[in-house]
Amino acid sequence: MAKLKKNHIIETQSPAGFNPTNIDSRELTQNKLIPIKAQNPGIELDHGLIGEIQANPTAIIHRTTTLKNRRSVKSHWQTAWLLKAITLMDLTTLAGDDTSGRVTRLATKAQNPVSMEILQMLKVEELNLQVGAVCVYHEMIAPALDALKGSSIPVAAVSTGFPAGLTPFDLRLAEIRESISRGAREIDVVISRRHVLTENWEELYNEIKLFKEACNPAKLKVILATGELAILRNIGKASMVAMMAGADFIKTSTGKEPINATLPASLVMVRAIRSYFQLTGNRVGFKPAGGISKAKESLQYLMLIKEELGTEWLTPGLFRFGASSLLNDIERQLEHQATGRYSTSYRHPQG
Amino acid sequence: MNAINIFESMDYGPSPESTTDADQWLENRGRKFGHYIAGQYRQSTKPKYFTTCNPATGEELAQIASGTKGDVDRAVDAAIKAQRKWHRIGGYQRAKYLYAIARGIQKHARLLAVLETMDNGKPIRETRDIDIPLVARHFYFHAGLAQLGDTELPDRIPHGVCGQIVPWNFPLLMLAWKVAPAIAMGNTVVLKPSEHTPISALFFAEILSEVNLPTGVVNVVTGDGITGEHIVKHADIHKIAFTGSTAIGKRIRHLTAEDNKSLTLELGGKSPFIVCSDADLDSAVEGIVDAIWLNQGEVCCAGSRLLVQESIADTFLARVRKRMDNLRVGSPLDKSTDIGSIISRKQRNHISEMVALGKEEKGIVYQPQLPLPPNGFFYPPTLVSGLTPSSVLMREEIFGPVLVSMTFRTYREAINLANNSKYGLAASVWSENINMALEIAHELQCGVVWINSTNTFDAAAGFGGYKESGFGREGGWEGIDYYTKPKPSKSPVQAKAKSKGGVVHEKKIPESLIDQTPKLYIGGRKVRPDGGYSLKVLNPQGDIVGTVGKGNRKDIRNAVEAAGSASSWKHSSAYNRAQILYFLAENLAMRETEFVRRIELQTMCDSRDALREVRASIESLFYFASWADKFEGKIHKVAAKKTVMALNEPLGIVGVVCPNQYPLWGFVTMMASLVSMGNRCVVIPSEASPLSSTDFTQILDTSDVPAGVVNLITGNHDDLLKTLVEHEDIEAIWFAGCSTHNAMVNELSVGNLKRIWLLENNLNCWYDKNSSYYKEFLKHSVEIKNIWIPFGE
Repeated sequence: MAKLKKNHIIETQSPAGFNPTNIDSRELTQNKLIPIKAQNPGIELDHGLIGEIQANPTAIIHRTTTLKNRRSVKSHWQTAWLLKAITLMDLTTLAGDDTSGRVTRLATKAQNPVSMEILQMLKVEELNLQVGAVCVYHEMIAPALDALKGSSIPVAAVSTGFPAGLTPFDLRLAEIRESISRGAREIDVVISRRHVLTENWEELYNEIKLFKEACNPAKLKVILATGELAILRNIGKASMVAMMAGADFIKTSTGKEPINATLPASLVMVRAIRSYFQLTGNRVGFKPAGGISKAKESLQYLMLIKEELGTEWLTPGLFRFGASSLLNDIERQLEHQATGRYSTSYRHPQG
Repeated sequence: MNAINIFESMDYGPSPESTTDADQWLENRGRKFGHYIAGQYRQSTKPKYFTTCNPATGEELAQIASGTKGDVDRAVDAAIKAQRKWHRIGGYQRAKYLYAIARGIQKHARLLAVLETMDNGKPIRETRDIDIPLVARHFYFHAGLAQLGDTELPDRIPHGVCGQIVPWNFPLLMLAWKVAPAIAMGNTVVLKPSEHTPISALFFAEILSEVNLPTGVVNVVTGDGITGEHIVKHADIHKIAFTGSTAIGKRIRHLTAEDNKSLTLELGGKSPFIVCSDADLDSAVEGIVDAIWLNQGEVCCAGSRLLVQESIADTFLARVRKRMDNLRVGSPLDKSTDIGSIISRKQRNHISEMVALGKEEKGIVYQPQLPLPPNGFFYPPTLVSGLTPSSVLMREEIFGPVLVSMTFRTYREAINLANNSKYGLAASVWSENINMALEIAHELQCGVVWINSTNTFDAAAGFGGYKESGFGREGGWEGIDYYTKPKPSKSPVQAKAKSKGGVVHEKKIPESLIDQTPKLYIGGRKVRPDGGYSLKVLNPQGDIVGTVGKGNRKDIRNAVEAAGSASSWKHSSAYNRAQILYFLAENLAMRETEFVRRIELQTMCDSRDALREVRASIESLFYFASWADKFEGKIHKVAAKKTVMALNEPLGIVGVVCPNQYPLWGFVTMMASLVSMGNRCVVIPSEASPLSSTDFTQILDTSDVPAGVVNLITGNHDDLLKTLVEHEDIEAIWFAGCSTHNAMVNELSVGNLKRIWLLENNLNCWYDKNSSYYKEFLKHSVEIKNIWIPFGE
C-alpha cells in the first residue's frame, strides 16, 4: 500500500480544506474525536502516492486465508454479528427482467428482513432491523421509492452505463443527475476499466471527479470491477485514485464480471482506505459486491473490516454488502441460533 | 451479554475449544505416564515423577516419569534389538508404517492439537492449523523417502540407533522432524521430549502401538536435561539429533567429542526481517505478526530482528504499533487468540529482564495496552525500536514476543547488518524488486531465506542453520543425508603399509645439487615462517630428505587473513573454477616424474605406487573440475505458487589437515573438492611427508589460482591444530590427521560450532574409487540454503 512519508491528517470539517498536520497516526486512531464526514471531498491527484502503492499477491492471499481462522464468533456473538450484517446490506436486484412487482417485493423485504417470530425468540425486536439500502437500475427507482414510503432506507441506483460503463460520457453524467432527480440517494457508478489497464490515472481521476460533481448531494459509490483489473496492484492504485477524486464508497464489482468480490481484492481496497484515512482524515466506505451468498462469508468480511479498519467502520455509513441471496442464508442461521435446529430456506419469506 | 449489546460493541466474544476429550484421555491414563520402551509403557523400578502443567492456567496435567540411566539403557537395548530387522524389511515396508503413522496423526488431529495447546500454551489456531498438519505432512513425505531410498540412495546405510532430543516450543512437530527421517532410513530411535511438554510425544507413542510399528523402533524416555545427558553419552547411540538452545548444543558437542557420534544441531537464532522501501508495507507488517508473534515468539527462526530502511522507518513502525494494538493475548484454547502463554515463569522473567535491558540501552519500548489473563505466564507483544548493532537486544536471542529494530540505509548495509551476528538460521526479505530480493537472499549467511513471506515450512524443503545456529538439515532430500552414512567399501583397501626401509630403488634419480627451501604459502606468496625455525623431513628410514618451515599460530592467523581477503572466490563462476582445476591437472601432469620422485623419496614406496598416486591426484583434479559446474542444488516441491531453491553454497574458509598417507593425493583431493565449490582453504600438509604439498605451490602459482584461495602452513600438527580449529573465522575443519586427535578437534570446535569432518578411512575408500564416497566430499564442501520464492501477480 501507499507509504506515507508523514502521517498527514485533516481535522477541519471544511470540505475543500486539506490541512496537513503532523499528528502520529496512532494517536489518531486512539482518540476518536475526529468526526465522521458525510462525504469525502477528495484531494488533488497525487501521482507520487499512486506510484508507491504495492500489493504483494501471495502475502495478501496468505493474510486473507489465515484471517478466517484467526477469529471466531460463536453463540450470542454470532447472532449479533449476523444481525449487523443485515443492516449493512444493499439488498439488490439488477436484472434485465426486473419489474415493479419484483422491486416492490424486494423493498418490502428490506424493511422486514427477518421474521418477527425469530426476532422475538432472539430478543432483538427493539433493533428495528432494516437493510442498508435497496439497490436497483434507474428505471426501478420509482417503484422502489413507492414501496419504501415511510421508511428511512435509501434507494441506490447503479449508473454511468452500468455494468460496462462504455456509453457516451455526457450521457453517463446525465444518467447520474436523472437518477438523483428521481430520488436516488446513492449512486453506484462504474469506472472505465481501460484507464486502469493503461495506467492513465489522470483520466480516471477526472472521470470520477466529474461523476462526483454530478452526484451532489447523493453518495458516490465507485465500482472498480476488480475482476477486470488484472492485478492486485492495479486495484490498490484505482482505489486510491477513486478516493482522491471523491468517492464516498469504493465497491469491488458490478456482480456481472466473471470474478466478483474476493477477500484478497477486498483486503487491497480496505488497506487503501486506511492509507487514505491516515493521509486525509477522510473515512471512505467499502462495498464488496457479487458472489457473497453465505452467512459465514459475510462474517469473514466483517472480521476483515474490523481487523484492518477498526470497529468504527462496521456501520452502514462506511460498509455495505452488495447482495441478493445472502439475506436468506443469514435468516436460516438466525433461526438456527433461535431454535437450535438447522433451518430451510422456504421457511423464510422471499424478497 | 445479550445480542443487542454485542450488536453495538461488535466484540468477538469467547470461542473456547473444548478440552473434554483431552481431559478424558489424560484421566483414562490416571494422569500418570511411564516411558514408552519396546512398544509398552514401562515404569522404572523406583520410579520418580515430575509434573507437567498447563502454563496458561498453572493447572497440573499429568505426572511424568523421570528417566534414569537404567531407563535410557533399556530403551537403547530395545532400539538395538529392533534396528537390524527394521532396516532389512526394506523401504517399501517401512513406507507402509510411516504412511500409517501419518494417517494416525490425522485421525487424532484435533485431540493432539488440544493436548499440545494445553501442555505448551500456544494458541489452538496454531496447533490446529500449523503444527499438527505439518506433522502429518512430514510422515507422508518421509513415507515416500523410505520407499525411494532403496533405489535412489543404494550406497547409503542407516546410522543404527539415534538419540533425539526435542524442545518445548514445537513439541510434536520437532518430534516429527526427527523421528520421520530416522525411521524412514532404517534407524531406530530413543527420543526424549522436553520436560515442559512431554504429553504429545506420549500420545504419539500410542499411535505407534495402534499402527503396530515393530516394538523398539521408536522409544520415548521422558525426563529433563539429566536424562538427555544419558542419551547423549550412551555408547551404543551413533547419532544425536538435538533442537534447542545454542548453549545446550555446545554442551552436546562437548559431550560427544570423544566418541565421534554423528551430530545434528538445530539451535538458536536472531533472524533478520529486512523491509526495503519498495516493499508492500502492509503485507510486511502482517509478515512481522507471523515472524515474531507466532508461538509467542518462542521460535528458533523467529524474525526477531527487524531491519527497516531508514526512509520508511517512521511510517513502517507506526503501522507495526497500530497492528500490535489489534493482537489478542489470552487463553490459548480460545479460537480468537493470537498470543498464548509463555512456557514458564522462568522464561517470562527472562523476557522481562531483556526488555528492561532494552530500556537501559535507550531502546523505545512499545507495548499495547492489552488485557492479560490473571493466571499463567502471559507477556504482551513488544517492540523495541531505535537500537543499534551494539545493543545486547540486537545480538542475543530473547525467545519471546519481543521484536527489536534498527534501520539501514542501503540494501548492501542491510546485508552487512543481517550477517553481523553469530547466528545464521533464517531470514525474511521484503521487497517488490526481484533483483534486489534475490541478491540479498544470496548474500545472507543463513540456512533459510523467505522472500516476501516468513515462517513457512514444508517437509520437502530443508531447514537448518549456518554458523552458531547449528549444523545439519531437516526435511527434503538433504535431510536424510544426516540419517544415513555411506556404505563401507565392500573390499576395503587397507592403507598399504609403506615400506620401512631396505628397499632398493633401482631407478633412483640423482638429487639436484641446488638447495631447496620450501616455504609457507600464504596469500599467493611463498613466505618464511614467522618463528624462523625449520623442521627436518625424514623418510621412514630416518634419512633427511628435506626441510620445511615450522609454522606457528601467527602463520595460521596470517593464512586465515589471506583467505579472508580472497572472499571474491565464492562469487567466481563455476566455469572459471572448473577451468582453473583443469589447468592445475594439466600443470601437474607436466611435472609428473618430479612429483613421483618426491613421493618415493619421502615415503620410500614403490615407484609404481608413487606414480599411481600422482595420476590419481591428476584424476581428482579432473573429477572436481567436472563437478564444479554440475553439483547443483534442487528445486523443492512445496506449496503451489511457491518455489524453494535449495542452493549449494560454499562454507567459507575451511581448515584442512592432511593425512600422512598419500602425501600428494590427500592434499590435492581435499583441496580440489573445497575449491571447486568456491571455498577457500588453509591447509596443514601431511606431517611426515609435506614436500609434495610444498612442491604443489608452484603448480598453484602457474595455474591462475587467485591469491589466498589455497594457503599452506607446514609444521607440527600438535603445534598448529589448536590455533586452526579454534580460529573463529574458519567455518569448517576437514581433519585427516592422526585419529588420536579426533576428540580434540571436536572439542575445540565448540567455540563457533564449526562443521567438523573427520575423514579417517574415507580417504582409503575413495582412493579405491568407491563411488559412494565421491559425493561425500562435495556434500561436505557446501552448506545448503533454502530460498523460498513465492510468485504470482
